[in-house]
Amino acid sequence: MSMIINGLPAEVPLDPRVSLLDFLRDDLRLHGTKKGCDQGACGACTVLADGERILSCLALAVQYEGRSVTTIEGVGTATELHQLQQAFIEHDGFQCGYCTPGQICSAIGMAEEIRRGVPSHVTDDLDAPTMPFCAEEIRERMSGNLCRCGAHNGIVEAIAATFAALPEAEAAE
Amino acid sequence: MTPLRYARAADAQDAVLQAQAGARFLGGGTNLVDLMRETIERPEALVDVSGLANGIEESRDGGVLIGAATRNTAVAAHPVVRKRYPVLARAILSGASAQIRNMATTGGNLLQRTRCAYFYDEEGSRCNKRHPGQGCDAREGFNRNHAILGASSACVAVHPSDMAVALAALDAVVHTRTSQGERQIAVTDLHRLPGDRPDIETMLEPDELITAIALPPALPRSTYRKVRDRSSYAFALVSVAGAVQVEGGRVLDVRLALGGVAHRPWRARRAEDILRGGAADRAAFAAAADAELAEACALSDNGFKIELARRTIIAVLEELTGERP
Ligand SMILES: Cc1cc2nc3c(=O)[nH]c(=O)nc-3n(C[C@H](O)[C@H](O)[C@H](O)COP(=O)(O)OP(=O)(O)OC[C@H]3O[C@@H](n4cnc5c(N)ncnc54)[C@H](O)[C@@H]3O)c2cc1C
Ligand code: SF4
Ligand code: FES
Ligand code: FES
Repeated sequence: MSMIINGLPAEVPLDPRVSLLDFLRDDLRLHGTKKGCDQGACGACTVLADGERILSCLALAVQYEGRSVTTIEGVGTATELHQLQQAFIEHDGFQCGYCTPGQICSAIGMAEEIRRGVPSHVTDDLDAPTMPFCAEEIRERMSGNLCRCGAHNGIVEAIAATFAALPEAEAAE
Repeated sequence: MTPLRYARAADAQDAVLQAQAGARFLGGGTNLVDLMRETIERPEALVDVSGLANGIEESRDGGVLIGAATRNTAVAAHPVVRKRYPVLARAILSGASAQIRNMATTGGNLLQRTRCAYFYDEEGSRCNKRHPGQGCDAREGFNRNHAILGASSACVAVHPSDMAVALAALDAVVHTRTSQGERQIAVTDLHRLPGDRPDIETMLEPDELITAIALPPALPRSTYRKVRDRSSYAFALVSVAGAVQVEGGRVLDVRLALGGVAHRPWRARRAEDILRGGAADRAAFAAAADAELAEACALSDNGFKIELARRTIIAVLEELTGERP
């Protein structure tokens, strides 16, 4: 059995010790996913596994056999940017860009969590059927993605502009 | 390099049969993979149990049964947990990051190991938890994050889980399985105090699999408050899980547990005994907090935790007995 990476099948490594992050970068040469801390503390290695955001540095590649993984290379291309990538450019959501692939994958996963009604630490009413897409919520929900350039304000604006602007009906899907 | 075998367990019975000496169960991997990379954990085989029971069911007694492989996010987002066990939802949501909560399992979260920096420093520090008898560099070192209750001369580490503190306050019961059979353990009995064997952290057998966590019916109000160095994505300095039932200004029933203060989630039974049946007012809350912390003992850098724990207990009790927002 194999894994699907950005829509294409890939054979998982034979050594079970190989992390999903090293598998993506070293074996598959997908260098978009970044290694910041390699210990779960920075979020630079965030990818989507069946649409859910996870840290590829804390995952063994073998654990994701049979799953579908999306990296930044599968989110958009230089000629066909994802809406959120375009928004990061427009809102100055980065400087050096090292954290950016992780921020973007994380934000896509976050938008889906909000759509599903997953609460956060700053959600006042845990019973509320829908979760607000305000700056306070975005900041808390994105706290697992650090940016040493301090581009956080631009990042939050870009995310808000992309997802909060969606019409209610679409956001509730 | 030691070879490592990896296999997915088909079911709980298969998992315990595969768990021979040298094997470890693997949940989300967010703690074990990290510790393996640091060579602190050196398993010969991994038995992946992250695909086992992962549902949340309401039980006939009015409680809830959570499969051990249920991800932290799924527990916190479940409508019944949010409505009836807000202390659990809030504790989980205050821990780690969204990515880690998506990976972490209920069983793995309970059994995550301490974040004591000396424990992590295999090359440079002495640690009785890693190497019994070696000594403890935290005791005379940077121990700002360390224990104020129940510590020993061998180890002053704290248990890092937020979720476990909520489970302690909820009187949760851990369901386990070994090749010999099944048993149930009160979550408050699961973790040990360090004593002279800080390397033995729980009362589980090496091949004992956590299969589920049962929550009894909840008290009407509960919450979790976590105090940390930054407002998100940091371990607790001190945390308090509380659940109460108040009628006519009296405390009918109460459960309190503290996090960040001891080698295990610290159930505050002394405080509960003082509160139960008494007035729901600030003086009683302060007396209860003082009684619980009477034997607290500070190291060189963590004395602030005693007053912080006192204030956090009082604040949580005031919140839970005050007007609903
Ligand atoms: C940067 C960072 C910040 C964090 N911050 C917090 C925080 O603020 N609060 C907090 O509470 N946690 C925090 N965590 C810890 C996180 O919550 C744990 O790593 C996670 O809950 C562990 O779950 P897991 O399923 O990934 O466990 P694993 O890593 O898979 O396993 C952990 C241990 O449990 C054992 N195990 C797993 N499942 C079972 C089972 N069913 N039966 C028996 N044994 C089992 C494994 O053998 C292993 O020893 C943080 C982690 C990181 C990396
Ligand atoms: S406090 Fe415990 S875990 Fe930390 S160095 Fe001492 S013995 Fe090791
Ligand atoms: S590289 Fe994975 S969290 Fe930093
Ligand atoms: S843009 Fe440089 S780290 Fe975020």
